[in-house]
Order: sequence, then structure tokens, then C-alpha cells
Amino acid sequence: MSFALLAAAAAEAGHAAIPAWVALAYLVSGVLFILALRGLSSPATSQAGNRYGMIGMTIAVATTLVTHEIASLPEIVAALAIGGGIGWFIARKIAMTDMPQLVAAFHSLVGLAAVLVGLAAYLNPQAFGIAGADGVIEVQSRIEMGLGIAIGAITFSGSVIAFLKLAGKMSGSPILLPGRHVLNLGTLVAILGLVAYFTQDQSGWVIATITALSFFIGFLLIIPIGGADMPVVVSMLNSYSGWAAAAMGFTLHNSAMIITGALVGSSGAILSYIMCKAMNRGFLSVIAGGFGADAAAGGGGPAKEQRPWKRGSAEDAAYMMKQAESVIIIPGYGMAVSQAQHALREMADTLKKEGVSVKYAIHPVAGRMPGHMNVLLAEANVPYDEVFELEDINSEFAQADVAFIIGANDVVNPAAKTDKSSPIYGMPVFDVDKAKTIFFVKRSMGGVGYAGVDNDVFYMDQTMMLLADAKKMVEDIVKALAH
Amino acid sequence: MDFISILSIFVLACFVGYYVVWSVTPALHTPLMAVTNAISSVIVVGALIAAAAPVLGASGTTAKWLGLGAVVLASVNIFGGFAVTARMLAMYKKKEKK
Repeated sequence: MSFALLAAAAAEAGHAAIPAWVALAYLVSGVLFILALRGLSSPATSQAGNRYGMIGMTIAVATTLVTHEIASLPEIVAALAIGGGIGWFIARKIAMTDMPQLVAAFHSLVGLAAVLVGLAAYLNPQAFGIAGADGVIEVQSRIEMGLGIAIGAITFSGSVIAFLKLAGKMSGSPILLPGRHVLNLGTLVAILGLVAYFTQDQSGWVIATITALSFFIGFLLIIPIGGADMPVVVSMLNSYSGWAAAAMGFTLHNSAMIITGALVGSSGAILSYIMCKAMNRGFLSVIAGGFGADAAAGGGGPAKEQRPWKRGSAEDAAYMMKQAESVIIIPGYGMAVSQAQHALREMADTLKKEGVSVKYAIHPVAGRMPGHMNVLLAEANVPYDEVFELEDINSEFAQADVAFIIGANDVVNPAAKTDKSSPIYGMPVFDVDKAKTIFFVKRSMGGVGYAGVDNDVFYMDQTMMLLADAKKMVEDIVKALAH
Repeated sequence: MDFISILSIFVLACFVGYYVVWSVTPALHTPLMAVTNAISSVIVVGALIAAAAPVLGASGTTAKWLGLGAVVLASVNIFGGFAVTARMLAMYKKKEKK
């Protein structure tokens, strides 16, 4: 279809005809956003990709400003400067361990912005070209607007709860309301019903109730989900923020927003899928919530009898690893909590100087969000080509002399392979039990992983438990290696 | 644009998104989230339209301020999202060749 035809079709649908170059400019920025994501297929191309994204955003903003009559330029410049300044400052200051909270907070802003834009479009529909001179909004636009506001509001309140849980400002354990499934379903049906009713009656109370109920359900949806499932939740909210942008794109007939919304929406959906698969959990069971509540209450089944285990020292670990040919390090969130990544890299460097091959093995759910552990290791200057994913390295444990587990637990638990009654059964795990020697850095024997299950690796013949704070233990090993 | 053209763009973009995101290396999933955050703030386009529109009546004034609020929120995300992504990506280094 030619642009002239498109413009004619738009004019027919009641929209002011958009000049072809404007539609093209938005299309170019949409394509640049695709290239931004494409760049992330490898660390080598990723920085160029990020620049494409920035150019795409600049084009979108500039095109909008140039093609609209601007009645309030100083205010707009001020708004851009205030927001941009805050964003830039936060991005500079944030610690890498806090990335999950930051991403959740950013999602909440996209959601809230979508709600505000939707409400503004409702209040001043002529500015958006979706209403005649009489102020009656087109039926199709009402549906898009209603859905956009609803998704935006759910993204906002859901992300606020996720942020509070991730930042530790709210208990990570699931909060289970009685009859919550009925309540959630009822609220959802009410929202959809109101959106349908909105097509008949564009009164203020309808849109206000849709907004309020959506804020409410976003809150209800996330409070029953426990801390262990937060990687899924953050990915899911990522997806929602995309759909909210896409819905607004439909309202504004803007291809850049629609393309971006679809990209972000699928990105979040795929990440949620990857996270669920890595935990062997169904997406619906994550959304239903409550995981971790039983374990916290019941202690993960009947306590097993005391079994013998061996305690190692930093000197033992240093000696054994110096003799080894290959060492595989399995970091988990415990490593990040004690900020041991820099000491760990120092340990690996020293071992490499001794001629030991050192590799890092990362489970998809290590950390609090997808890829979190990779960022933390990158920050500690670990080269990314020494860091391997689960499926790429799992076959190498059989040849490894040492498996060094630090701050991880569930991801090395063989019960996931053998014990059908275990809550983590079916989750893909590292075959550390095949390594000749295992060092398990852990604060104490008492604590268990998120899933609250005992780990047979503690009691194996080839395992030595290194009980201490992760950072302190690794520093001691580094010292012992120097001797 | 008529609804069917818009829907076509949307559906095709979903497929593009599906294939592009599967090709992202898992090591870069955190930067992926940060950058998708930044680009989904393209919603700033809608916020700018609302903020720039000539004010007609009381609801027009409210709409303008809602728009300005959305511009602030979206630009926090745009600048913050791209800057934090750039900061993370700069950390990924290859092994030094000896």
C-alpha cells in the first residue's frame, strides 16, 4: 500500500492525515529499536546496539516535537530535563547488586506514564485526533485507551510491590489472602466489563473505576508471589510494560510505539518462559503464588537424621585447587550478598597463574533477575568468555578436579534429578557430584536454599564444607594461595 | 492508518521480537531488560502530544499537566535506562590475549 493510500485511509477513519515523512521517521525509529535488541546477541556488538536505541529514541522525540504545535515549550523542556537528570543520576549511582530493584522501579514508571497518557488522551481527545469536534471519542479508541490504562496501572502497582520485595523493604515471603483467586478473577472480569461498557458511555466515572480497579489488581497479583519467583515476576512486568506501550501506540496510530511495545512484550514473555523452565515451574503456578510459604512453615518435610559431613579450611581449599588442573566455580546469589565477586576474581587470577584452568558456571536463575550473575562477574572484571551457561558446561564436571560452590545451593542439589518428592524435582541442576572434589562455601550448616530442602552434596565423601562468610573465606583462600 | 494496517505492524513486530529476543545471549539478559525498559518509554511520544496541545478548558489544563507528568516519568526511564545499559555493557570484556 502506498503512503498516499495510507494517508487517505487515515483521513477516512477520522484521523488527520499524517505526512508520509512523519510515518517514515517513526518507522525508522522502530527499526532502530529492533537493531538495539539485535546487538545484544553478543557482548561485542551490544554497545553499538545501545547507541542505535538512543538514536531511535531521539528521532521519535524530535519528530513528535517538530510535527505538533507546541503551546508550552518551556514546561516540556523542563520536564525532559528534570526526568532526564534524575534518570541519569540514578543510572550512575546504582550498585550492580541492586539492578533487579532498579528495573522493577523503571517498569513502574512506564506503567504510570501509560496511565497518565491514557487519561490525558481521555481528557483532551482532540489533541490526539481521536474525537470529533463534539468531543465524542471513537469507539475503537475507547477500547484501546481503556485497555492501555488498565495494563499500565497493573504494571505500575505490580512493579511497586516487586520493587519493595526486591529492595527488602517488604517481606519476601508470600502474603496469601483468603479467596484471592476468586477476588482476582472477579476484579479482572469487572475491568473487562467496564472497558466494554466504556464503548457505550464515555463518562468520567467509568475510566476512573477502570484505573482504580487495575491499580488494585496489580497489587493483588504480586503480593502472593514469593521472593524465589521474583525473576519470573520482573520478566512478566517487563512484558506488561511493553503491552501497555503497544496499546497506547494503537490509540495514537504510532508505528514506533507499536513496534517497541511488541518487542518489549515478547522479550518479557520469553524471559519469563526461560526463568520458569530453569526452575521447572509452570507459569500459572508462579502467577498463582504461594511458593516458598509451605517450606517456610513446615521446614521442608521431616528433618533427616544427622549425617556426617567434613569441614575444610581455607588452607585445604588453597592446596587442593593449586594442585588441580581444572576448577569450575559456581556462584549464586549468596556470593553477591557478601560482595565476594572481586575477591573471587582475584582467587581465579592467582590460580590461573599457577596454570589451573578456571571456568565459571552460571545457572539461569542465579541472582535475582535473568543474567544478574553475569553482570556482577563482569563488574568484577571476569572476562565473559570464561563464563558458561548450564547446558554448555554441565558435561565438563566429570573431568573437573574441583567444583567450587559459593553462595549457591538449590542449583547444585542432586535431589532435583533423583527425588520425585522434592519441591525442586525436575529443575535442571549442575552435575557437581561428578567432580573429584567439591568445596561448598556456606555461612552455616543450618541454612537451606530458597526451596527449603536439604542437599545431599553436603554429605558426600568428596565434599568439604567451608563454613564462613563467602567474602572472608575467599580472601583467606587468596592469602593461603600466596604462600 | 486504518486498524488493519496497524494490527499488521503489531503482529509482524511480535514475530520479529520473538526471533530477535531468542538470539540474545543469556549473559546479556539483564542489559536486555534495562534497554527494553528504556525503549518502552517511547510512550513519551504520547506524553509530549498531551503536554504540547493547546489548552481548551479545565479538562485541557488537567490533560496538559498529566502529559507533563508522563514526560518526566518517561524521561527518567529513557535517560536512566540507556545510561545504565551503557554502564553495564562497558563492563563486559573479553579475555586479554597473552
